[in-house]
Amino acid sequence: MLLKRIIPCLDVDKGRVVKGVRYVDHVDAGDPVEVAQLYDAEEADEITFLDITAASEGRRILLDVVARTAEHIFMPLTVGGGVRSLQDVRDLLNAGADKVSIMTAAVENPDLVADAAAKIGSANLVVAIDARARADGAGWEVCTHGGRRPTGIDAVAWARRMAEAGAGEILLTSMDRDGTRSGYDLAFVRSVADAVPVPVIASGGGGTSEDLAAALDDGPAGGHAQAALAASIFHFRELTVGEVKRRLLELGIPVRPPSVDGPGAVR
Amino acid sequence: MSAAPTIAVVDYGFGNLRSVAKALARSRLSPEVTGDAAVVARADGVVLPGVGAFADAAACLGAKGLDEAVRASIEAGRPYLGLCLGLQLLFEESDEHGRTRGLGLLRGRIERFPACDRTGAPLRVPHIGWNSVRFAGAHPMLARLPREDHYYFVHSYRPVGADSAVVVGRTDYGGEFPAAVATERIFAVQFHPEKSQWAGKRLLDAYAAWVSSCR
Repeated sequence: MLLKRIIPCLDVDKGRVVKGVRYVDHVDAGDPVEVAQLYDAEEADEITFLDITAASEGRRILLDVVARTAEHIFMPLTVGGGVRSLQDVRDLLNAGADKVSIMTAAVENPDLVADAAAKIGSANLVVAIDARARADGAGWEVCTHGGRRPTGIDAVAWARRMAEAGAGEILLTSMDRDGTRSGYDLAFVRSVADAVPVPVIASGGGGTSEDLAAALDDGPAGGHAQAALAASIFHFRELTVGEVKRRLLELGIPVRPPSVDGPGAVR
Repeated sequence: MSAAPTIAVVDYGFGNLRSVAKALARSRLSPEVTGDAAVVARADGVVLPGVGAFADAAACLGAKGLDEAVRASIEAGRPYLGLCLGLQLLFEESDEHGRTRGLGLLRGRIERFPACDRTGAPLRVPHIGWNSVRFAGAHPMLARLPREDHYYFVHSYRPVGADSAVVVGRTDYGGEFPAAVATERIFAVQFHPEKSQWAGKRLLDAYAAWVSSCR
């Protein structure tokens, strides 16, 4: 059967990991290449880089980081952040990214997703959606610019539209929960996962193994997601990917069992 | 000790083939990414990786004479490894972006996953992530692989109507589909060993051993 995925995410600014890296054994915790190798050794199912560099000259640095990372890992790498055009998508894929994530540019130019899907195929194309719960409780609203700019667009309808346009996957972030470690917004994740015919990656709020299990759970109260993205739970080295997976297996979530946790770090 | 076997990684003009080349090098092969039919013709083995769409890849292979070079290499007894699209291209034709002819080395066609599984439940397409492959059959590579392993998949199309005799790996996604096919000089997989960590390394090590034994 197809297994549920656990995806560590690194925020990268000007080629350095910036969020939440307190301590990592034997590696430069600020170097995305070294951190990615650590997660590869721990048998993370994929890894995601989110580029938060504001300045445009940071693009060359990002492409270099992607190329160096791809040279050293043997797992899928998704890269997002600041992807504005089909050329940006191509540049990242050519640098070694396996999947590219588009967010703000999709809101500003929805044709970009259909265009990119036609040119490069859906399988490598992720549409990222940041959203907040509406104050009146009537669903969730798509935001851009790190959650600061509301768009008035309903997130569930938007996810459906992006999947129709050719998004191969939806990366869904609850901006209400992002960074809080208080658990994923399960009603939100479930609403989107049940509405689209493509895989959904839950993001925002994952603080414990139980949170990840809830997002991935296919039961009536679960999030129904196919993958869970998490940052701080791994970066603070409270838990390894293997430890999280073992707990998920105990909780009945079908994930790839860790085989080489620990010794696998030796290449 | 003889030099590492040379492997032509066929470049049909799309995407980054570096990850395939570096994974082959890790398994002690000597890969060369090439779009040159002459290089394909003299390599000890040929790897056809999986990037882009079926129609674009088939057109590009034909335009550069790479289709004939790949066929000739297989006929000369050199081990072929197909990855993802490199499996699909072996079949007669594909539905992706209209009907397109493949190499026709295997019977069957490439079709998109259905929108629902056999029970009528919706099936998410693309099929993305780690899924198990059960191996069975009599191919030299299978002797070096576990009976079952997990590999990374990312695809929307898969073979339909393949001869069961060539199917050596099976995976469930909305029903069973061929995840690995093999003949005497062909081994091809729908998944990505170059992205499949240790399981992928085991498979590429098995390919390296097979290539070495055929030299």
